[in-house]
Amino acid sequence: MTTQFSAKTVDLASSSVRQLNEALHALRDGTNVTRWNVLNPRGVHAIAAGLDADVTIEINGDVGYYCAGMNKRATVIINGSAGIGLGENMMSGLIYVKGDASQAVGATAHGGVIVIEGNASGRCGISMKGVDIIVKGSIGPMSAFMAQAGALAVFGDAGEALGDSIYEAKLYVRGSVASLGADCIEKPMDDIHRAELFAKFESIGVAGEIDVGEFKRYGSARTLYHFHVDNAGAY
Amino acid sequence: MCGIVGLFLKDPALQPELGQHLSTMLETMTARGPDSAGFAVYGDGSPELTKITLRAPAQFDFESFGALLASALDAEVDLIVRGTHIVATLPTVEADRALAKIKELAPQLTLSSIGTHMELYKEVGLPADVSKSFGLSAMSGTHAIGHTRMATESAVTTAGAHPFSTGKDQCLVHNGSLSNHNQVRRRLIREGISFATENDTEVAAGYLSWRLAQGESLGDALDASLKDLDGFFTFVVGTDTGFGVLRDPIGCKHAVMAETDQYVAFGTEYRALSALPGIERARIFEPNPATVYFWNHAA
Repeated sequence: MTTQFSAKTVDLASSSVRQLNEALHALRDGTNVTRWNVLNPRGVHAIAAGLDADVTIEINGDVGYYCAGMNKRATVIINGSAGIGLGENMMSGLIYVKGDASQAVGATAHGGVIVIEGNASGRCGISMKGVDIIVKGSIGPMSAFMAQAGALAVFGDAGEALGDSIYEAKLYVRGSVASLGADCIEKPMDDIHRAELFAKFESIGVAGEIDVGEFKRYGSARTLYHFHVDNAGAY
Repeated sequence: MCGIVGLFLKDPALQPELGQHLSTMLETMTARGPDSAGFAVYGDGSPELTKITLRAPAQFDFESFGALLASALDAEVDLIVRGTHIVATLPTVEADRALAKIKELAPQLTLSSIGTHMELYKEVGLPADVSKSFGLSAMSGTHAIGHTRMATESAVTTAGAHPFSTGKDQCLVHNGSLSNHNQVRRRLIREGISFATENDTEVAAGYLSWRLAQGESLGDALDASLKDLDGFFTFVVGTDTGFGVLRDPIGCKHAVMAETDQYVAFGTEYRALSALPGIERARIFEPNPATVYFWNHAA
């Protein structure tokens, strides 16, 4: 008779991040160990980076840099705050942070959803390529810099230079925007956008928390797509 | 790289634990800077007494130096030896004469810092070894800043370690690199500021001391540095009663702060703060780029 596991607890006070990540990387399709609890993260880096399995990792505490980077399929819940580069280059799956997040949330991320209950710092969604990022608090300066695809929705305020040199991502901000970056403009919020935003909120269970009608939409003016000498000063 | 830590206590009850917390913070930042470490501790003091911290070479005869200095000054000199450093506490009225005498009696000593509250220690080596050699964990005080260095702009030497002090009770630690430090150094030398190293951070410290000497507030001096210093930087600066934080306009270098009723703490990375008391309930935030933050004890 073999023992069937359905949950596993890893205490980073006694195990290394490398041991944890090696165990997570070894997970195969159909694994019975679908829930992992990580204790005592104490701000160390690269926890649960490089996952590719349908599992849920719940981290109890604050994580350091690059948590859940390159994530594919997994759900990573952080009961604390997250350091720089959370979910960098994520492909799919869900990252849910109960606290605040540092700079460069979801940098270059291609897919999946990142939810921040608190605030995110600067460069949130830098070069995002398809990820949906929902921040219930506010975001810092230079967010969505060179964003290419996906959506960034912010319940609070946005810092300086929102959407600088943006390509095609959709930015929704409910509060104030300190300033817009080069080639980022406010765009009309039509029914189709409200519906799209509502659907995104619904998919992560926050629809109804907030009225989608209160958001403003920002996006690319599309004047920097191709080099034009008159724009040289704006690059 | 490089790691910066700082701890400013609001609650006097924590003062005996200052060194212990700072040494834990420094050690946690070893991965960011394993080549040298340093720290400044602001402890007890009064305007009547000045602390002169000196760095000594190996095999320095501390005992006879103490006797020589006391008799040369004909004043009470309290000498404490910690590792390679000596702290001479003497009447403030004698401070200038003492500095001249020290130069004459023991030219092999290097001035680390001078002030009524600040003592400044730095050395090459792993942060844990450095803080142990000076007995940091047993030190008490009101606030302290520290640095773990990964040398980029100048050599791995004790003189190149941070903090840099270029004025009484003033010190600065830096994470980043300044691109116009040679130009600013030349300008400051013309203004009468002297430099002991080729280090870019010493230029930043000298720049602030120069502005302060002209009567500017620390806040105004930090504001002005945004215009005159070019490069990547996070500065944490200490004065006799406070500490300030400034990041460049891009916010290039990492910084995180924690504030509770008991303290304000700075770390390059959150994990440097993770062992502080009550950190679970602290307000954690990242200082905004190009924004001066300053905490001060009522003088």
